[in-house]
Amino acid sequence: MEYFLTYLWVFLVGGAVCMIGQILIITTKITSARILVTFVLVGVLLEACTIFEPIASVAKAGITVPIIGFGASLARGAIGAVRATGLIGAFTGGLQATAGGIAAAVGFAFLFGLIFKARTK
Amino acid sequence: MNAKERDLAYNKYVEARIPKTKAWPSLFNSFWVGGVICMIGQGASDLLLYCFPGMAEQTASTYASIFLIFLASLLTGIGVYDKIGKFAGGGSIVPITGFSNSIASPSVEFKNEGIIFGMCVKMFTIAGPVIVTGIVASILVGLIYLFV
Repeated sequence: MEYFLTYLWVFLVGGAVCMIGQILIITTKITSARILVTFVLVGVLLEACTIFEPIASVAKAGITVPIIGFGASLARGAIGAVRATGLIGAFTGGLQATAGGIAAAVGFAFLFGLIFKARTK
Repeated sequence: MNAKERDLAYNKYVEARIPKTKAWPSLFNSFWVGGVICMIGQGASDLLLYCFPGMAEQTASTYASIFLIFLASLLTGIGVYDKIGKFAGGGSIVPITGFSNSIASPSVEFKNEGIIFGMCVKMFTIAGPVIVTGIVASILVGLIYLFV
Protein backbone atom coordinates (compact mmCIF):
# COMPACT_ATOMS: atom_id res chain seq x y z
CA MET A 1 0.00 0.00 0.00
CA GLU A 2 2.80 2.37 0.89
CA TYR A 3 4.55 1.59 -2.39
CA PHE A 4 1.29 2.03 -4.29
CA LEU A 5 0.77 5.51 -2.85
CA THR A 6 4.36 6.52 -3.57
CA TYR A 7 4.12 5.43 -7.19
CA LEU A 8 0.74 7.11 -7.56
CA TRP A 9 2.28 10.42 -6.42
CA VAL A 10 5.29 9.88 -8.68
CA PHE A 11 2.97 9.29 -11.65
CA LEU A 12 0.60 12.17 -10.90
CA VAL A 13 3.24 14.82 -10.15
CA GLY A 14 5.58 13.69 -12.94
CA GLY A 15 2.70 13.61 -15.39
CA ALA A 16 1.44 17.03 -14.29
CA VAL A 17 4.89 18.63 -14.70
CA CYS A 18 5.23 17.15 -18.20
CA MET A 19 1.73 18.29 -19.08
CA ILE A 20 2.60 21.84 -18.03
CA GLY A 21 5.48 21.58 -20.52
CA GLN A 22 3.09 20.42 -23.21
CA ILE A 23 0.67 23.27 -22.41
CA LEU A 24 3.57 25.73 -22.82
CA ILE A 25 4.46 24.12 -26.17
CA ILE A 26 0.89 24.34 -27.46
CA THR A 27 0.08 27.85 -26.26
CA THR A 28 3.40 29.61 -26.91
CA LYS A 29 5.01 27.44 -29.64
CA ILE A 30 8.15 27.58 -27.49
CA THR A 31 11.15 25.46 -28.64
CA SER A 32 12.31 22.46 -26.63
CA ALA A 33 15.56 24.27 -25.67
CA ARG A 34 13.52 27.04 -24.05
CA ILE A 35 11.29 24.51 -22.30
CA LEU A 36 14.34 22.82 -20.78
CA VAL A 37 15.93 26.16 -19.79
CA THR A 38 12.69 27.34 -18.19
CA PHE A 39 12.23 24.16 -16.16
CA VAL A 40 15.88 24.12 -15.00
CA LEU A 41 15.50 27.69 -13.76
CA VAL A 42 12.25 26.77 -12.02
CA GLY A 43 14.14 23.96 -10.28
CA VAL A 44 16.94 26.31 -9.17
CA LEU A 45 14.36 28.75 -7.86
CA LEU A 46 12.34 26.09 -5.98
CA GLU A 47 15.52 24.80 -4.30
CA ALA A 48 16.76 28.30 -3.47
CA CYS A 49 13.43 29.08 -1.78
CA THR A 50 13.60 25.69 0.06
CA ILE A 51 10.27 24.65 -1.50
CA PHE A 52 11.79 21.74 -3.44
CA GLU A 53 12.54 19.38 -0.52
CA PRO A 54 8.96 19.28 0.84
CA ILE A 55 7.63 18.54 -2.67
CA ALA A 56 10.32 15.89 -3.30
CA SER A 57 9.61 14.12 -0.01
CA VAL A 58 6.11 13.32 -1.31
CA ALA A 59 6.53 13.26 -5.09
CA LYS A 60 10.01 11.65 -5.14
CA ALA A 61 10.99 10.79 -8.75
CA GLY A 62 7.88 12.64 -9.94
CA ILE A 63 9.74 15.91 -9.36
CA THR A 64 13.40 14.76 -9.47
CA VAL A 65 13.22 12.99 -12.86
CA PRO A 66 11.78 16.03 -14.69
CA ILE A 67 14.55 18.49 -15.57
CA ILE A 68 13.35 20.58 -12.58
CA GLY A 69 15.27 18.06 -10.46
CA PHE A 70 18.45 18.84 -12.40
CA GLY A 71 18.07 22.55 -11.60
CA ALA A 72 17.35 21.75 -7.95
CA SER A 73 20.48 19.55 -7.74
CA LEU A 74 22.59 22.38 -9.17
CA ALA A 75 21.27 24.82 -6.58
CA ARG A 76 21.40 22.31 -3.70
CA GLY A 77 25.02 21.49 -4.58
CA ALA A 78 25.99 25.15 -4.66
CA ILE A 79 24.22 25.90 -1.36
CA GLY A 80 25.72 22.87 0.38
CA ALA A 81 29.23 23.62 -0.86
CA VAL A 82 28.99 27.28 0.14
CA ARG A 83 28.01 26.22 3.66
CA ALA A 84 30.88 23.71 3.80
CA THR A 85 33.71 25.56 2.08
CA GLY A 86 32.65 29.20 1.66
CA LEU A 87 33.00 31.27 -1.51
CA ILE A 88 34.66 28.56 -3.61
CA GLY A 89 31.59 26.39 -3.07
CA ALA A 90 29.46 28.72 -5.19
CA PHE A 91 31.62 27.72 -8.16
CA THR A 92 32.30 24.06 -7.39
CA GLY A 93 29.06 22.87 -5.77
CA GLY A 94 26.59 23.03 -8.65
CA LEU A 95 28.58 21.01 -11.15
CA GLN A 96 29.81 18.57 -8.52
CA ALA A 97 26.24 17.66 -7.63
CA THR A 98 25.18 17.22 -11.26
CA ALA A 99 28.42 15.79 -12.68
CA GLY A 100 27.04 12.23 -12.87
CA GLY A 101 24.10 13.22 -15.05
CA ILE A 102 26.05 15.54 -17.34
CA ALA A 103 28.94 13.09 -17.82
CA ALA A 104 26.52 10.22 -18.48
CA ALA A 105 24.55 12.26 -21.02
CA VAL A 106 27.69 13.39 -22.87
CA GLY A 107 29.40 9.99 -22.63
CA PHE A 108 26.46 7.92 -23.86
CA ALA A 109 25.64 10.48 -26.57
CA PHE A 110 29.25 10.23 -27.81
CA LEU A 111 29.23 6.42 -27.67
CA PHE A 112 25.89 5.97 -29.44
CA GLY A 113 26.78 8.76 -31.88
CA LEU A 114 29.77 6.69 -32.93
CA ILE A 115 27.80 3.45 -33.15
CA PHE A 116 24.56 4.46 -34.86
CA LYS A 117 24.01 6.08 -38.23
CA ALA A 118 21.66 8.99 -38.80
CA ARG A 119 18.38 8.14 -40.44
CA THR A 120 16.83 10.35 -43.09
CA LYS A 121 13.64 11.73 -41.64
CA MET B 1 1.01 43.43 -53.79
CA ASN B 2 3.77 45.00 -51.67
CA ALA B 3 6.30 43.04 -49.65
CA LYS B 4 4.40 43.30 -46.37
CA GLU B 5 1.15 41.98 -47.81
CA ARG B 6 3.05 39.21 -49.50
CA ASP B 7 4.69 38.19 -46.22
CA LEU B 8 1.34 38.17 -44.44
CA ALA B 9 -0.22 36.05 -47.14
CA TYR B 10 2.72 33.68 -46.96
CA ASN B 11 2.50 33.42 -43.16
CA LYS B 12 -1.19 32.58 -43.49
CA TYR B 13 -0.35 29.90 -46.03
CA VAL B 14 2.33 28.42 -43.74
CA GLU B 15 -0.05 28.53 -40.78
CA ALA B 16 -2.62 26.56 -42.76
CA ARG B 17 -0.08 24.00 -43.84
CA ILE B 18 1.80 23.13 -40.62
CA PRO B 19 0.52 19.94 -39.05
CA LYS B 20 -1.75 20.78 -36.15
CA THR B 21 -1.10 19.04 -32.86
CA LYS B 22 -4.50 18.15 -31.49
CA ALA B 23 -4.42 19.83 -28.09
CA TRP B 24 -6.37 17.44 -25.86
CA PRO B 25 -4.88 14.08 -26.92
CA SER B 26 -1.37 15.58 -26.76
CA LEU B 27 -1.98 16.81 -23.19
CA PHE B 28 -3.21 13.37 -22.18
CA ASN B 29 -0.27 11.62 -23.87
CA SER B 30 2.32 13.98 -22.39
CA PHE B 31 0.78 13.36 -18.97
CA TRP B 32 0.88 9.58 -18.97
CA VAL B 33 4.19 9.16 -20.83
CA GLY B 34 5.87 11.69 -18.51
CA GLY B 35 4.34 9.97 -15.50
CA VAL B 36 5.52 6.55 -16.65
CA ILE B 37 9.10 7.81 -17.26
CA CYS B 38 9.15 9.19 -13.70
CA MET B 39 7.84 5.85 -12.37
CA ILE B 40 10.65 4.00 -14.20
CA GLY B 41 13.13 6.34 -12.46
CA GLN B 42 11.52 5.67 -9.08
CA GLY B 43 11.50 1.93 -9.81
CA ALA B 44 15.20 1.89 -10.69
CA SER B 45 16.05 3.82 -7.52
CA ASP B 46 13.88 1.57 -5.29
CA LEU B 47 15.30 -1.58 -6.87
CA LEU B 48 18.87 -0.43 -6.18
CA LEU B 49 18.03 0.38 -2.55
CA TYR B 50 16.37 -3.03 -2.24
CA CYS B 51 19.40 -4.88 -3.68
CA PHE B 52 22.00 -2.75 -1.86
CA PRO B 53 20.44 -1.73 1.48
CA GLY B 54 23.58 0.17 2.48
CA MET B 55 23.44 2.52 -0.46
CA ALA B 56 22.73 6.20 0.23
CA GLU B 57 19.41 7.37 -1.20
CA GLN B 58 21.18 10.16 -3.08
CA THR B 59 23.53 7.67 -4.76
CA ALA B 60 20.63 5.42 -5.78
CA SER B 61 18.81 8.41 -7.23
CA THR B 62 21.89 9.44 -9.24
CA TYR B 63 22.22 5.88 -10.59
CA ALA B 64 18.54 5.97 -11.54
CA SER B 65 19.12 9.22 -13.47
CA ILE B 66 22.14 7.72 -15.21
CA PHE B 67 20.05 4.65 -16.11
CA LEU B 68 17.31 6.84 -17.62
CA ILE B 69 19.93 8.86 -19.50
CA PHE B 70 21.47 5.65 -20.86
CA LEU B 71 18.07 4.36 -21.93
CA ALA B 72 17.14 7.63 -23.66
CA SER B 73 20.50 7.83 -25.51
CA LEU B 74 20.11 4.25 -26.71
CA LEU B 75 16.50 4.81 -27.83
CA THR B 76 17.65 7.99 -29.60
CA GLY B 77 20.41 6.04 -31.35
CA ILE B 78 18.01 3.42 -32.72
CA GLY B 79 15.47 6.10 -33.67
CA VAL B 80 12.73 5.14 -31.20
CA TYR B 81 12.87 8.25 -29.00
CA ASP B 82 11.87 10.50 -31.92
CA LYS B 83 8.69 8.44 -32.28
CA ILE B 84 7.96 8.71 -28.55
CA GLY B 85 8.59 12.45 -28.89
CA LYS B 86 6.11 12.88 -31.71
CA PHE B 87 3.52 11.02 -29.65
CA ALA B 88 4.16 12.48 -26.20
CA GLY B 89 5.55 15.99 -26.81
CA GLY B 90 6.28 17.52 -23.41
CA GLY B 91 6.13 14.08 -21.82
CA SER B 92 9.38 13.21 -23.59
CA ILE B 93 11.06 16.64 -23.40
CA VAL B 94 10.62 17.63 -19.75
CA PRO B 95 12.05 14.51 -18.00
CA ILE B 96 15.84 14.05 -17.78
CA THR B 97 15.46 11.68 -20.75
CA GLY B 98 14.60 14.72 -22.89
CA PHE B 99 17.85 16.39 -21.84
CA SER B 100 19.71 13.20 -22.75
CA ASN B 101 17.88 13.02 -26.10
CA SER B 102 18.76 16.65 -26.84
CA ILE B 103 22.47 15.72 -26.62
CA ALA B 104 22.33 12.27 -28.26
CA SER B 105 20.13 13.26 -31.18
CA PRO B 106 22.50 15.86 -32.77
CA SER B 107 25.43 13.59 -31.88
CA VAL B 108 24.00 10.85 -34.11
CA GLU B 109 22.69 13.24 -36.74
CA PHE B 110 25.85 15.29 -37.31
CA LYS B 111 28.41 12.48 -37.23
CA ASN B 112 28.86 12.77 -41.01
CA GLU B 113 30.17 16.32 -40.51
CA GLY B 114 33.09 14.92 -38.51
CA ILE B 115 33.71 13.83 -34.95
CA ILE B 116 34.96 17.21 -33.71
CA PHE B 117 32.98 19.78 -35.71
CA GLY B 118 29.98 17.55 -36.22
CA MET B 119 29.35 15.49 -33.10
CA CYS B 120 31.24 17.35 -30.40
CA VAL B 121 30.09 20.81 -31.45
CA LYS B 122 26.48 20.07 -32.35
CA MET B 123 25.89 17.96 -29.22
CA PHE B 124 25.41 21.15 -27.24
CA THR B 125 23.09 23.11 -29.52
CA ILE B 126 20.19 22.51 -27.11
CA ALA B 127 21.96 21.26 -23.99
CA GLY B 128 24.44 24.19 -24.06
CA PRO B 129 21.92 26.87 -23.12
CA VAL B 130 20.44 24.53 -20.49
CA ILE B 131 23.81 23.87 -18.84
CA VAL B 132 24.94 27.51 -19.09
CA THR B 133 21.78 28.98 -17.55
CA GLY B 134 21.76 26.25 -14.91
CA ILE B 135 25.38 26.88 -13.89
CA VAL B 136 25.02 30.67 -13.87
CA ALA B 137 21.85 30.42 -11.77
CA SER B 138 23.51 27.99 -9.33
CA ILE B 139 26.52 30.33 -8.89
CA LEU B 140 24.13 33.19 -8.13
CA VAL B 141 22.21 31.07 -5.60
CA GLY B 142 25.52 30.04 -3.99
CA LEU B 143 26.62 33.67 -3.72
CA ILE B 144 23.28 34.70 -2.24
CA TYR B 145 23.50 31.93 0.37
CA LEU B 146 27.06 33.05 1.18
CA PHE B 147 25.69 36.37 2.42
CA VAL B 148 22.47 35.30 4.11
